[in-house]
Amino acid sequence: MRKGRFVRRELSPALPPPVAASGPLRWLRTRLFAGPVSTVLTLASLLVLWLIVPPLVTFLVIDAVWSGEGREACLAETAGRPVGACWPFIAAKLGQLIYGFYPAGERWRVDLVFATAFALLVPLLVPPAPFKRLNAALFFVAFPLAAYVLLVGGWFGLAVVETRAWGGLLVTLVVAVTGIVASLPLGILLALGRRSDLPAVRWLSVAFIEFWRGVPLITVLFFATYMLPLFLPGSWSIDNLLRALIGVAVFAAAYMAEVVRGGLQGVPQAQYEGATALGLRPWQTMALVVLPQALKLVIPGIVNTFIGLFKDTTLVMIVAIFDLLGQLRAAFADPSWASPSTLYTGFAFTGLIYFAFCFGMSRYAHFIERRLKAGR
Amino acid sequence: MTRETGHVPERRIRLSRAALRTLAPQALLVAAVALVGWSLIDTARHNLADQHIASGFGFLQQTAGFDVSQSLIAYSRSDTYGRVFLVGLANTLLISALGILLATVIGFAVGIARLSPSWVLARLAGAYVEITRNLPLLFQILFWYLLMLGVLPGPRQSLEGPLGLFLNNRGLILPQPVAGAGLEWVAAAAGGAVLAAILVGRWARARQARSGRSFPAGRVALLLMLGAPLAAFLLLGQPLALAPAELRGFNFIGGIRLVPEFVAVVAGLSFYTAGFIAEIVRAGIQAVDRGQAEAAASLGLRPGRTLQLVVIPQAMRVIVPPLTSQFLNVVKNSSLAMAVGFPDLVAVFAGTTLNQTGQAIEIIAMTMAVYLAISLLTALVMNLYNRRFQPVGR
Repeated sequence: MRKGRFVRRELSPALPPPVAASGPLRWLRTRLFAGPVSTVLTLASLLVLWLIVPPLVTFLVIDAVWSGEGREACLAETAGRPVGACWPFIAAKLGQLIYGFYPAGERWRVDLVFATAFALLVPLLVPPAPFKRLNAALFFVAFPLAAYVLLVGGWFGLAVVETRAWGGLLVTLVVAVTGIVASLPLGILLALGRRSDLPAVRWLSVAFIEFWRGVPLITVLFFATYMLPLFLPGSWSIDNLLRALIGVAVFAAAYMAEVVRGGLQGVPQAQYEGATALGLRPWQTMALVVLPQALKLVIPGIVNTFIGLFKDTTLVMIVAIFDLLGQLRAAFADPSWASPSTLYTGFAFTGLIYFAFCFGMSRYAHFIERRLKAGR
Repeated sequence: MTRETGHVPERRIRLSRAALRTLAPQALLVAAVALVGWSLIDTARHNLADQHIASGFGFLQQTAGFDVSQSLIAYSRSDTYGRVFLVGLANTLLISALGILLATVIGFAVGIARLSPSWVLARLAGAYVEITRNLPLLFQILFWYLLMLGVLPGPRQSLEGPLGLFLNNRGLILPQPVAGAGLEWVAAAAGGAVLAAILVGRWARARQARSGRSFPAGRVALLLMLGAPLAAFLLLGQPLALAPAELRGFNFIGGIRLVPEFVAVVAGLSFYTAGFIAEIVRAGIQAVDRGQAEAAASLGLRPGRTLQLVVIPQAMRVIVPPLTSQFLNVVKNSSLAMAVGFPDLVAVFAGTTLNQTGQAIEIIAMTMAVYLAISLLTALVMNLYNRRFQPVGR
């Protein structure tokens, strides 16, 4: 190289110790105030939080009205102070929001269905719980029948409750659970059909799946409500709720089919070959080897489809079925509870219910996903 | 193959049995589907005849006789149902396009914010994603709608924004742009600037390939495209004015009024979809291996160039397919506009027109066909895009 070589002859001075290499101070420096841009962003975010969180807490808790008989309790003039959330409104409308117009004396039937569903679902969702097969059979076959008998009535001396009287969270859950229970087997069939070697089966499945995935749910509900009756003999009359359920089930099945197909593609080819080498017939290979693995792979996808379905149940409002959101809207129309904070209170309460369900399910999907990854 | 020589008869039998095994169930399935389809159509024909409902598309030429609150194309109540279909279609496309645009902008911002080194900002963006994704879209649209109707003041107490923007319970009122003389020259300047920017970009690339010297083509192009129209605009004496609406009596005269339903639907669609897009963007950026950025840095690329030349192109490959499916969701979800009474395709056509004519089959088929066509067309374009941009040999 060039002539001036540099050789260090004395020790270089020691550098000062790094400022807070760990601990809260370092966290502040690297995660909050790492540089001028980061500092500005952090301060701006803190400002946004300051603008949102304290007013929200004030509204929901500090200034809230907790008891009262009518709108007067929630008016600033009568209360003599700034008024936040009007919780008596929710207390008064709670029955309507949960059961709709289900007769008050028969609501224990709805409660019993909710409790049974909860008791069956929890052990099904907790991976180490035993008797999965029995549990699944109970939840997917026995429970829907029992729930139907209990909710509709007409057997065992139970009074018949027309579906027109159903509403609120009951309808939301009925639509969502029926959708998932019906769409899972239909979706598996469609997914198998789409991967079939028989061209006619494959193309019919593809056409079915892509058609329903290509149109909005509202048009499907319109289709089920207005067109379906035209295609059935005049003597058949289908219940309004049942029409919506059919629409939702078909719609959800198309999405479920794509989720299951993803799982089928995730099962290695060697599994098929191994099963064939053991002498299993094609349908045995499918039922005993491939499908169990594929379905396990797509549990998160199934849960995500269910979240979408749960949110989509709100659309039944458009064909005059009053689910939770529909009942909320109906409750807003009640003049005896009209106050400036009624609107926010109703949305806050209903929003919390929807959020709790959806967020809980998405956390569960995450949990299963991590578990599946750890198992490999 | 060689093993089977000499067993020709047996092979023929096996073949025909295999053919039987695959053909018979298919033929059965097709026959069953055809039979069910035919019986459904037959029943529908009888039902329609019994209820005296006309069939066919003749109704499209009949007079509609109802008003539509917001329309992009000229429409009056004496127009036909065919015109109503077009009005609804235009409105659906309008809210979809606006929703896609806003959701993409918000979604990219939130998605990048989630990866910010600032912990508070990342958490804030995370909270946004969780809240918007876990509340039903209809819930959000209804919230914005009832908020606009119930909380905003009347026209006389409107909230006033800059540039003649007014917000009240009748909607969002924008100033009307008024074109002056010479506006076409501004447009010409803008067009010329775009052309020049393309030429500069080509020249810069050619020079870099030839000599290795880089040229800040991006910055020059930006300067050209912003500067040229602005200069023309100022030189020609500002030939575009904004005429703000004026309050006369109890309402506003002039300006462009966006009905509350429109604002609520666009807000709901944008905020809801932005949550999903943010997650897609975050996942896309995280999918690019850290080593890629480190390798680019060790090659001497500056951080900005690393982002532009190495990280973003690879992230986009992951982002674009799910992003398109979100765009499709916006188009399909725009049908929720009906719930608050905005005159989109579903509301005016599958809603009002169906109620008036009773021709459910034709109307629902037409409505579904529109959405299906948009979906299939997008899927086709996406497949072409994927084929073009998938890396070769991996």
